[in-house]
Parts: sequence; structure tokens; C-alpha cells
Amino acid sequence: MDLLNGPWRQELGRLPWGVVLLVCAIAGFGLVVLYSAAGGSLYPWALKQGVRFAILLIGALMLAMVRPERWLELAWPIYGVLLVALLGVELVGAVKGGSQRWLNLGFMEFQPSEMMKLAIVLVLARYYQYIPKGYESRPDVLLPALALIAAPVGLVMLQPDLGTALSIMFGGIVVLFLAGVRLWIFGAATAAVAAMLPIAWNLLHDYQRKRVLIFLDPESDPRGAGYHITQSKIAIGSGGISGKGFLQGTQSHLDYLPELHTDFAFATMAEEWGLLGGLAVISLYGLVLAWGIRTAMGATSQFQRLLSLGLMATLFFYLAINMMMVMGLAPVVGIPLPLISWGGSAMMTVMILLGLVMGVARANRQANA
Amino acid sequence: MDDPIRRAQFSRRALLLGAGMAATGSLLAGRLAWLAVFEGETYRLKADGNRVQNRLVPPRRGWIVDRNGKPIAMNRPDYRLELRPADMEDLDATLIAIRGVIDIDLAEELRIRDDVASQPRFMPVVVRSGLTWPEFSACNVRLTTVPGVAPVQSFSRHYPEADRLAHLIGYVGAPTPEQYRADRDPLLIYPGFRIGKDGIERHEDRRLRGTAGAAQAEVTARGELVRELGTRPDQPGETLKLTIDRDLQNYAARRLGDNSASVIVMDCQTGDVLAMVSMPAYDPNVFSTRVPARLWAALQRDDHTPLLNKSAMGLYPPGSTFKMVTTLAALEAGVDPDESVLCTGAYRLGTNLWHCHARRGHGGVHMHRALPLSCDTYFYVMGRRIGVDAIAAMARRLGLGQDYDLPLPGQAEGIVPDKAWKRRRYGKDPKKAAWREGETLNASIGQGYIITNPLQLAVMTARLASGKAVMPRLIADKAAPDFPSLGIPDAHLAIVRQGMIDVVNARFGTAPAARSPVADVLIAGKTGTAQVRRISMAERRTGVLRNEALPWKQRDHALFVAFAPAGAPRYACSVIIEHGISGGRYAAPIARDVLTYLFEPERALAVLPVIEADAAARRAERETSEAAAAIAQESRRMMPSWLKIDIKPPVFDVADPDAPQPPREPE
Repeated sequence: MDLLNGPWRQELGRLPWGVVLLVCAIAGFGLVVLYSAAGGSLYPWALKQGVRFAILLIGALMLAMVRPERWLELAWPIYGVLLVALLGVELVGAVKGGSQRWLNLGFMEFQPSEMMKLAIVLVLARYYQYIPKGYESRPDVLLPALALIAAPVGLVMLQPDLGTALSIMFGGIVVLFLAGVRLWIFGAATAAVAAMLPIAWNLLHDYQRKRVLIFLDPESDPRGAGYHITQSKIAIGSGGISGKGFLQGTQSHLDYLPELHTDFAFATMAEEWGLLGGLAVISLYGLVLAWGIRTAMGATSQFQRLLSLGLMATLFFYLAINMMMVMGLAPVVGIPLPLISWGGSAMMTVMILLGLVMGVARANRQANA
Repeated sequence: MDDPIRRAQFSRRALLLGAGMAATGSLLAGRLAWLAVFEGETYRLKADGNRVQNRLVPPRRGWIVDRNGKPIAMNRPDYRLELRPADMEDLDATLIAIRGVIDIDLAEELRIRDDVASQPRFMPVVVRSGLTWPEFSACNVRLTTVPGVAPVQSFSRHYPEADRLAHLIGYVGAPTPEQYRADRDPLLIYPGFRIGKDGIERHEDRRLRGTAGAAQAEVTARGELVRELGTRPDQPGETLKLTIDRDLQNYAARRLGDNSASVIVMDCQTGDVLAMVSMPAYDPNVFSTRVPARLWAALQRDDHTPLLNKSAMGLYPPGSTFKMVTTLAALEAGVDPDESVLCTGAYRLGTNLWHCHARRGHGGVHMHRALPLSCDTYFYVMGRRIGVDAIAAMARRLGLGQDYDLPLPGQAEGIVPDKAWKRRRYGKDPKKAAWREGETLNASIGQGYIITNPLQLAVMTARLASGKAVMPRLIADKAAPDFPSLGIPDAHLAIVRQGMIDVVNARFGTAPAARSPVADVLIAGKTGTAQVRRISMAERRTGVLRNEALPWKQRDHALFVAFAPAGAPRYACSVIIEHGISGGRYAAPIARDVLTYLFEPERALAVLPVIEADAAARRAERETSEAAAAIAQESRRMMPSWLKIDIKPPVFDVADPDAPQPPREPE
């Protein structure tokens, strides 16, 4: 009886159920898209993705029950373990030969770079929690923070996985920005990066360079790599305002659109649901992000604020890059659309992310109550 | 612990970040709207362009039928295997895969490799055509996964009469890359599409070709057919009805045996060309697929010129068949038909002697006997009296020296010489350009500069027989025209016609061999034996060699023109046998049999077995000797994949017109 009347029921009540509903709506729409992408079949994607989402949602809710202070304590160990894992991936890759992105843990394939996207935010939030006001921009404070970002970014670049590396960097830099590092530093850094671009260009792999070049002019290679962007734009554009109708997409069903269930799921969706479907997806995500910002602003400690908004920025990065890619505004980098694209590890990352932010929200509601 | 100042700063930065996110979101929404709304139409078209594939449905080529509706050129289903170099990955691997299903011999493989290397990549290459049904199904089952290989079912052109109509009808073949570049008609690169390459097939190609249909189909990115969306049926080519009588043509071709010859039969009243035979010929069924290199070389080497349409493109001196023209010209000039000329066997002009073919002369000859006797001396005298321009004018009135409006890719115009012509021809040197009296003598017996094609001789005969300005026609799509009169008095024509009747039927005529075996049909005609070599003075002293003793190439051409029935002329006919020795002995019987066929086919057919057995024996003999020679000097050079024939009419040495005429065999 004690268990039934215990505090956990109260705790559950404090979870942000509205956001859970939003997330379910997005994922549900994602399942509809995958169902259509398979030609009107639950197999091979929709059913499995649905089961996966259900499990991960429960996992996320369980994560949300953990007090944010626990994460504060665990930040350094988590970051350390993932960094070691990234090194391990490099070593295994070097031994086996070829590029390697995951570790085989026996029961699952573990991709440390995915988790690092979250861990970088966690560790920097932890780092800035104890930096007093006014000290954020001092070199002896800033440099270790930059080193914390540079280490995983460098390792991921070696894999090589440009998309994930940029994602980690973005997450870290957003936390620096939120923590109050002076704006001129960002300006100077941007200028420096612009100056360094030619050097970075030489460091890129051939296929990465090609992607950038083809992004700049997709028509230059309509049969090869530019094909992705061209076909994706055709799919989105031909959908028009209200779309071709459920299961009526030609670009997707006749195989003109590549990666229709993963990276280009948004194009698959937009072809059948049109501008209205696209705006609906953008608005739903917008609501989730708005909720995240509100949660962060209402949080009671700098750590919680930095953690929740940094994570939200990471989610935003996913969304923005993927949508820009499918609409021809960014080069083709392998970043899926969270909750809609087929794929386990990306979904797991996003659900953990949401779990952490919901945890912050729950904790603060508790505090306010 | 929580610093409110820090919190406020965080909130500012958070709102800044949120604003950035909102801005990005608006950018994305705007881009989405731009793509879907403003560019939507463009992208919809592009999506349809991806999805919908337009395929041509090639039209069936129109049939060609004879005057009675019997097919001359038709379409037959054909199964073949094609290679599309543009889709192919690796030629060697592809050929190995094909070898697993059907045979390709070495020569074929060389040809395929040559074609793949030399043709533009959009042109398909035929691996093998004429596949049997089991082979075709095997290809369909086992080669579908090989990229660039396609089993194709189509229609191929079939000519039931094979070589007997080859020169007239022509054949079909794949369009050349140049034709495609000029036309940009997608039909021209449609695999297996054929256009006319020679003869009527070429001249009337547009009518026979028809209009392509189109089929729209939804296809996947890999080109797999999802469903048919709709079709516009093709418009088959017109059926072309010729004036040719297939059976007569067939008979005439068989009657010629292995001669290098031409026979033309015309309707004197309507101008309908009933038969236009030029033998030997090639087999258009073979030409319409692909000509084996060895066959091509043999055809080109053959001195019987099987690639030349002798009926329209062959040029021959008309010889004595021209004497009707001289006769009419003389009558028109007011010569009294009863005036007698003494023929002593030779005619002296200056220091030269012009010989009559009768060495001892014909004695006194008047116009009524001149034609049947073919007395050269009479025509020397009359020709010299009326002048060459009068003769040339009459020749042109009778249809010589011009080409006709016929659906043939080429006609040799020939030459009707007169003084103006010679000035044009040899204009620069006034000494050379002046017309000489001796040339008039030659022209008056159809020798010298004058040169005609067999079709013109047939038209001439038809005009003589009908008295109308008959024009030949080959396509029976309009009512027979009514031709105007030639304007030659009937009395003049009657004299010429009676002369021609006597050539065949009188006791003293030169062509008793042409006498009609049909009871109430009389054949009228005129022999001609045209000399093709010059007889030197030395040879004349030692005695002129008999034609039979000469090599084939140096023998005289044998000509015969005829019409029948003599009383009410209906059919005109011209026969030319190249190097046939004597018109009266060799050309006249052919004309007789061909004309007989029109009245009593059974009787005409009865003569065929002997002739064909004879020809077959000679052909077999020649083939064995040629085969031995051919193997030795067979060239390995491959034929080009598309075939082009550029044949110019043969050029004849015009003999010195002042040279004396040799005495010739009595005709």
C-alpha cells in the first residue's frame, strides 16, 4: 500500500504530459510516412519503428524521473567514458582497417559519437555551473571548455563523420553562448573560421568536398551525387500545397527519391502531404522547441538551464540541417530527421535528449509547487 | 546559489537563441512554400517527366501491291536480339552472356564489335535477326538481366518476288546517322526502324513510312514498367498500288534467263508500265537485313551489273530501233515514201565509206521496204537530206533524251544529239564544235552520239503505236490520263507501223523470230544491233570477227522494240540484251514471248523450262569457276553497317563518228 500511495504518483503527475503528447504526434506522423514509404505496408519499417518508439518513450519517461542533480554528479564520468569509447572506435577501426563508427557491445551496436552530442552539452553545463559570473570569457576558463569540445570533435572528424562532428561542435558552442561568453569572441571566432576555410577545405575528404561542391551546384551532376538534392526538391515541389495524397507519391514510390525512409523522409512526407504537411511538422517541432526554451528559462540552476537549452539546441540543429538539406539549402550530410526518419540510434539520442529535458521540467515544477 | 543576474543574462541569451531558431524556422517554412507553391508547377512537370516515359510506336510500313492487288512488298514478323551500346556495361562480358544463349559466329562477332566501335552510342546494334521462336524465348528468359541487351519483336520487310522486282522496288535499310542528324525524327533511331534505300521504296518513302504512334507508361527509376497510361495508335503507311503486273514481271524476268538485260512492257494507251525488269539483280530481302560482305563484293564485281537498274539507268545506243524516228522525220520533211534509193552495200561520203549491214547491198529500196530490211544506206541518204536537227526534234517528240516523272531515284537522260548540243558539249574549240556530215549519217541509224535508256525506247514505241504523247506511270493512284496527240499525221504513222509489221511478218523482215504464235494477234517490231567496239581498218582487212568469237564485253548489244496487237496497238515493249549479239536472233524472241504472255499465258509459260534449265546449267558452271577464284581473293574487309549505293551510269566511249561503219550481220 505504501508503494501505491508513494510519492512516485505525484512525481509522474509532474511530468510534462503535453510535450509527451506532442512527441507522440510527431512520431505517429513519422510512422504514417514510413508506412507510405514502404508502399503502404507496415513492413519493413513502420511497425518496427513504432515498437522502438514505444520502448524509447518509456525509457525517456524513466530518465525524466531522475533528478537533474544526479546528472550533475555523473557529467564528468559520462563524458570520460564516451571519450574513451571514441578512442576505442578509432583503435578498432585502425586495427580492422577502414572507417568505423560503432562498437559492438555484443547485445547492441553502440555508437559513441551519437551519445557524445548529448554528453558535450552535459559536461559543459556542469563546467559552467561552478564558474562565477564574469569569469566565463577569461582565457583560463574558456580554453579548457574549448578543449572539452575539440577533443570529441577531432575524434569524430577522424572517423570521418562531418555531420556528427558539426553537431557536437554546435552543441558545445551553444552552451558557451548561453553561459555568457562575450559576444565579440563569437564574432572573432566566426571571422577566424572564415579565414581558415581554405585550410579546412584541404583537410576534407574527397567525398565530403564533392558533397559541398554539388550542394553549391546540384545540376552539375544530375545523375550522380547531385541526384539526391535534385530529386528531393522535385518531390517537395511537386507536392504543391496539399500534396499528392497519402500513398500517391510518385517520386518516392517509383524509386526516384533515394533514402526516402531515412535522410529524405521529409521529402517523402512533403510530396504526399504538401506544404500543409510540411508546415505542420515544422510547427510541431516549433512547439517542442518553445517548450524547451521555456523550461530552460524557468529552471532554477545554471546547470539545468544550460543542459536543457543546450540539448534543445542540439535537437534544433538536427531538424534545421536535415530540412535545409532536403530543401537544397545545405549540402547532403547524413543527418536524419528526428522521430520521423527510420533508424534506431538517432531516435535513441533524441529520446534520451527529451528525457533529460523533461527531467529538468519535472524537477522545476516540483520546486515551484 | 542561483544568481539572479546570471539568470537574467541566460534569459537574454536564451531569447536570442530562440529568436535565431524562429528565424531559421521561418526560413525553412518560406523555402518550403517557395518550392511547393511558386515553383510547384515546374517541379510537378519534372516529377511527371521522371515518372512518365513516352515511347514511340513505330508505324508499319505500307505495302506495295501490283495492279491486281498482289503483294510486292509486305511486312513479316521478325524476332531479333539487339545491343544498346549506351546501356551496355562491358562488351566482352555481354557477348559471353549472349553466347550462353544463342550462337554468334566469328564474322558476326567482328561485325558487332566494329559496329559498336564505329556507330554513335545511341544507335542500336543488331546481334542477330531472324531468330527462331525458341531462340527468341530463350533470350527473353535468360538475357533480361543483362543490361543493354534487348530481344525485340518487330516486322521486317519481305519481298515475295525477291530479285525480279529488286531494281524497281528497291529495298529498305536502317537510317544512317547523317539522316538522323538532318531530320531529328526520333523514329529514325528507333531500333529496327527501316526506311527506303532504293527504287520506289526510297522515292515514296514518306508515303510508305506512316506516322508513329506514342505510348505513355509509368516507369520506376530503374526503368521498370509500372502501368500503361495511354496510347496514341500509329498510322500505318499507305498501301501503294503500282501499275506493274506482278505475273508479267515475273515471267519476263524468268524468260531473260541469265542474260544481262532489261525488258519493259507498257500500255500504249494509258502509259501504265506493266513490267520493268532489269536482270540480273540482287535479293532485296537480303539487302533489307544486312548484306554479307562476300555477297556485296561479288555483286560489285559482277560484269552483269546486278546493282544497276538497267531499265532506267542503263544507257545504250538505240541502233536500228532508231530508224522509225528517221523515217518519221523524213516524212515530215516531205520525202516521198515511194522514192527509191540504190543500196550497194556502202555509202560514200568524202573519202570514207559507210557500210550497210548487207555487204552486197539491198538494191533499190524505198521507204516501205527500208524498215523491214533495216537498210542503212536508205537512212544515210534520208538522214543527210533532212539534217540532224530534224531527226533530233522528232526523237524528242517521241520521248527520247528526257526523263519522266516516275517514282525512281534516278533516270539516265541519255543524249539526243543535234548541232546545238554539240556546240554546248564541245563549245571551246570551234573546229570540234562544228557538226559534221558523218555524224548525221551515224545519228540517222541510231549510232554515234545518240544514247537512250530502255524505258525511253519503250515510250517511243508506245507513242508510235498510239500516236499519242504517252507518258509512263508506275503508281496507279489516279485515273489513267488522256494523252494529247503527237501531232504526227496518221498517214505517216501508218507507214511506220506497216514497216514494223513487215519487220516481223514479211518474208524479207529482219525479225521473223518475233512472229506471234497467237492466232489473231500480230506483233509489230523493230530490231536493233548496237555496236559497242570500234572495228579497226586492220581488222576490216583481215575480215571482221564474228560476234560469238569475241569476249562477252565486246559483243554488240541486242535490241528489240515491239507493239501488239498490230491492228489495234495495246502493249508496247522494249527488250535490250547487253552484248546479246543480234537483236533479230536473241532479243526478238524474248519480246515475242513476253507479249504472248499477255494474250495466252500458258503458251508463253511452255517455253520457260528449256530456257531456265539452260540458264541454270550456265550459272552453275560459272559459279563453280567463280567460287574457286573468289576464295583466293576474298577480302576480309567488313561491310559498313548501313549500305549506300552510289552507282553512276556507265560511260560509253563514243566512237569516232567519221570512222567507216563495219558491215554487220544481216538483221
